[in-house]
Amino acid sequence: MKSLADLEAIRAKTLENINMRKDQDAARVVIGMATCGIAAGARPVMLAFMEELQKRNLQHVTVSQTGCIGMCRYEPMLDVILPGKEKVTYIHVKPEMVPRIVAEHIVNGQPVEEYTIGAAND
Amino acid sequence: MRDLSLHLLDLAQNSITAGASLVTIRLTLGEDGMLTMELADNGKGMSPELLARVTSPFATTRTTRKVGLGIPMMKENAEKAGGTFKLESEEGKGTTLTCSLDTGNIDCLPLGDLSGTLLSLMLTNPLFPDFLFEGKSPKGEGSFDTREVRQALGSDIPFNEPSVAAWLKEALDEEINSIFGGILV
Repeated sequence: MKSLADLEAIRAKTLENINMRKDQDAARVVIGMATCGIAAGARPVMLAFMEELQKRNLQHVTVSQTGCIGMCRYEPMLDVILPGKEKVTYIHVKPEMVPRIVAEHIVNGQPVEEYTIGAAND
Repeated sequence: MRDLSLHLLDLAQNSITAGASLVTIRLTLGEDGMLTMELADNGKGMSPELLARVTSPFATTRTTRKVGLGIPMMKENAEKAGGTFKLESEEGKGTTLTCSLDTGNIDCLPLGDLSGTLLSLMLTNPLFPDFLFEGKSPKGEGSFDTREVRQALGSDIPFNEPSVAAWLKEALDEEINSIFGGILV
């Protein structure tokens, strides 16, 4: 059973981590979570990102949400923004695609071209 | 929308946009199979004019496009499942959306990943606002209050910190499972 008492230990550890990475530039993942994104399956994608980042202990990446940007047919969509680089937009993202995006793009700096909006034909 | 938990995730966003500091999600499953879902917030509320037209797909507060489908789709899915849809709001006080659905009706959407919805809300709104979940079924009842979590954790630590997120996931799974496990999820 999880109890609120666990949180005290988590607090001490987390504060340490937060202080340690204060100077690091943060990579950002922004997921479209309006009605269209949610209906298309954005929630499992978001949760897959959180899980993958935790598994790899990537403390410098933040995951956030945004609304509808008007390209609902491409949902679930997300942007990966690495510090100092242009944002890359991924479309029709499924949870299974997340480990590759994290490994190749966020960790190694190489966008997964075939998943990006630039690769879309329609 | 494929399931009810996705509707809740979508509709809760309206409460957050309305500036609520507390969003309450209440699910009650009766012995007769009727599920009542309530989403209440203490946000800015709606004027009677907006409230009257907000169930139309062509009403929205955003300025980029003229359609807003979240509320009308929820209304349709509730009424399709032999249920009801009610929206009450008062400017400056907040808004409460109440749906009932007959879970025995063939057109009733499944509940889906309710724990995933609550977790998503907490992770994408890591510092504000607070969420209160209350659930009740013939199997049992329980609640999850992020104000209690913040008190124990410290209000300066965001929920999307990996170790906190992992704790929230397990705690939510346990809570939801103890109320609806084997019945709705």
